[in-house]
Amino acid sequence: MPPLLRLEGVEARYGPVQALHGISLAVDDGQVVAVLGANGAGKTTTLRAISGTVRRSGEIEFGGKPLRGGPESAAKAGIAHVPEGRGTFTDLTVLENLRLGAYTRRDREVKRDLARVAEYFPWVDDRADQRAGTLSGGEQQMLALARALMSRPTLLMLDEPSLGLAPLVVREIFRIVRVLNEDDGLAVLVVEQDARIALDVASTAYVLEVGRVAVAGTSAELRDNESVRRSYLGY
Amino acid sequence: MADFMQQVVSGLASGGIYGALALALVLIHRATGVINFAQGEMAAFSTYVLWTLTENHGWPYWPAFAFTLAASFVGGMAIHQTVIRPVERGSVLRVVIVTIGLLLLINGAMTWIWTGEVRAVESPFPTRTVDIAGVKISIQDLGTIAVTFATVAVLWAFFQFTKVGLAMRAAAVNPAEARLVGVRVPWMLGLGWGLAAMLGAVAGFLTAPSVFLDPNMMQVVLIYAFAAAVLGGIDSPFGAVVGGLLLGVSLNLLGAYVDFVGADLRLPAALLVILVVLLVKPSGLFGRPEVKRV
Repeated sequence: MPPLLRLEGVEARYGPVQALHGISLAVDDGQVVAVLGANGAGKTTTLRAISGTVRRSGEIEFGGKPLRGGPESAAKAGIAHVPEGRGTFTDLTVLENLRLGAYTRRDREVKRDLARVAEYFPWVDDRADQRAGTLSGGEQQMLALARALMSRPTLLMLDEPSLGLAPLVVREIFRIVRVLNEDDGLAVLVVEQDARIALDVASTAYVLEVGRVAVAGTSAELRDNESVRRSYLGY
Repeated sequence: MADFMQQVVSGLASGGIYGALALALVLIHRATGVINFAQGEMAAFSTYVLWTLTENHGWPYWPAFAFTLAASFVGGMAIHQTVIRPVERGSVLRVVIVTIGLLLLINGAMTWIWTGEVRAVESPFPTRTVDIAGVKISIQDLGTIAVTFATVAVLWAFFQFTKVGLAMRAAAVNPAEARLVGVRVPWMLGLGWGLAAMLGAVAGFLTAPSVFLDPNMMQVVLIYAFAAAVLGGIDSPFGAVVGGLLLGVSLNLLGAYVDFVGADLRLPAALLVILVVLLVKPSGLFGRPEVKRV
């Protein structure tokens, strides 16, 4: 069976600066894959290349079909991209953020999914009419995640969900990601600085260095890899 | 007292018109980030279309009204698609200059098509007055108030309760994020221009009966609308409407009761409002202050 998402020699640039020098990776159905690496290694750009928010070249296939066009097409194809730095509409209410998550859907089950999201994030119901900008950082990250779920994605892409959050909140977010993966078979591609927690959830991981895949393997292999452990896990 | 109430009601009528046009300015400002200087000419053009349908083609008023609104909507979207979108990513100045060019272009087109001759436009409402609790109120004023309020209410419901309305708001406040959830942002901005053209058309239709229709008809109204939008906060749709009503009523009372203002100093008074608001509270009554990160 072909992978759900396949990248082959993907390059991307910001103006004159080339950020990705030929990335190849794959995410299978129902798999959690982590992308690790230092600052500036191209982790965020990899996600942006997939969703089409940066100019890219090379091959990107999703669900066996080449992925073309901008982020609107990626969203329609079933990719939910939660960008770095929360990515909520701070001027809109919690409920409006969730409704926007379901924007690409044409079915009538949005209400049911709102209820389902509230099971994962019980506070959402009470604060439906609150402006997203007034939420705490952790709540905003959870709202971004909840909004992504409202699109019923086949692939969830998370960019640094732990950024600037308390360890307890980070653990809760990754717990939910694990539940979504185990219960619903949701495929997840997660970019993380915190390699330890990412490797806990992911089955496979790629380590990027200056826009290239330096090491790839199962989470267990990477944990046993001396240089990966020293550079990214710090023990 | 009765006289005072009469002045208030007629102030609300003109204020509703300012508010509708101010709302059009706010919609475009939120979508494209500029003041659309051609808003008044677009409204006048729509009014000419309405006049042509009723006067030359014998259409009844309200069907012509509805048809012209729809045509204005399409026209607004077409303007965005053809002349605004190509420069939208550039500097604000480029877009502003394009809207000024549009002002001249539409103004010239109106003179060319309909000649500069002034024309009387019929009002859909009778010119009689009704007596409400001893206050004589013109039905024309009441009708104007009703139409502007209904328009604003429908628009509000559209933005609040429909999926497209929500997507338009999302595209205005955070276009990059909106694209990630699958919103086609350029279309939403185009819809904003379409709705603004419609609102402007309503303002034009309601202005025409009390002045005469000529290509420059809406220019003064546009300045009042600027004042209303600045007063309410250029990013606040609610503020635009409140600003329009406040301005309409206070200018009317000023004109009626302060002798030296009269009819002549109303326009300078509006400009004074713009100046004072920009100096004292640049974000207006309901706008959010612009926060810059450094």
